[in-house]
Amino acid sequence: MSMTILTWSLMAAQFMLAIAMVCACLRMFRGPRAQDRVLAMDSLYLNGMGLMLVFGIVSGSTLYFEAALVIALLGFVSTVALAKFLMRGEAIE
Amino acid sequence: MIAIKTLPDWAALLTAFLVLAGAALTMIGAIGLVRFRSFYERVHAPTLGATLGIGGVLLASMVYFSVSETRPVVHEILIALFVTVTTPVTMLMLTQATLYRDRAEGKAPKITDAPPLPADVITPDRTGVRQD
Repeated sequence: MSMTILTWSLMAAQFMLAIAMVCACLRMFRGPRAQDRVLAMDSLYLNGMGLMLVFGIVSGSTLYFEAALVIALLGFVSTVALAKFLMRGEAIE
Repeated sequence: MIAIKTLPDWAALLTAFLVLAGAALTMIGAIGLVRFRSFYERVHAPTLGATLGIGGVLLASMVYFSVSETRPVVHEILIALFVTVTTPVTMLMLTQATLYRDRAEGKAPKITDAPPLPADVITPDRTGVRQD
């Protein structure tokens, strides 16, 4: 019984994280200015990281954890670079 | 839905609750990202998913793998630490860049648009000290 609950709640969690990614994509395409798009991309990769972790629970392998770690690292660097670009007009000085 | 190992009841229910709470909070944050009107309001919404949302999913992953492999699996703390440290930094840099761009165009929000602080209601000269 409890395993049925776990299975269905994992499916629901994947569905909700997918909806969150769709919302972030909507803001990225619609966002009136560049900073809205950068914010939406930041939110998009965080949601993708959560989806990776849920995939890891569903498939029972710790392989997805490393993918989530790489997404977190690269996403941080890219958002900082884009914020610096919006501020100064160049990413590396 | 292939490889879910059979867990004891308390672990399965705890994992289900944590993963559902984390995903629901992330979705609420993303809906806020779509629905708020100005950028300065929107910058608050996704941090709900970045703190409690990711935290819930990470805790669920820790509980699930610790119980199913019968040894403590705590490497998810790495992601939790990293996200907790980096999210405020990125949001601060992004908001500073936005404020800089808005000021360069003369469109920055005025401070008087904000609702008054309780200290301002007591003392109109914004010092926060009672004059009586």
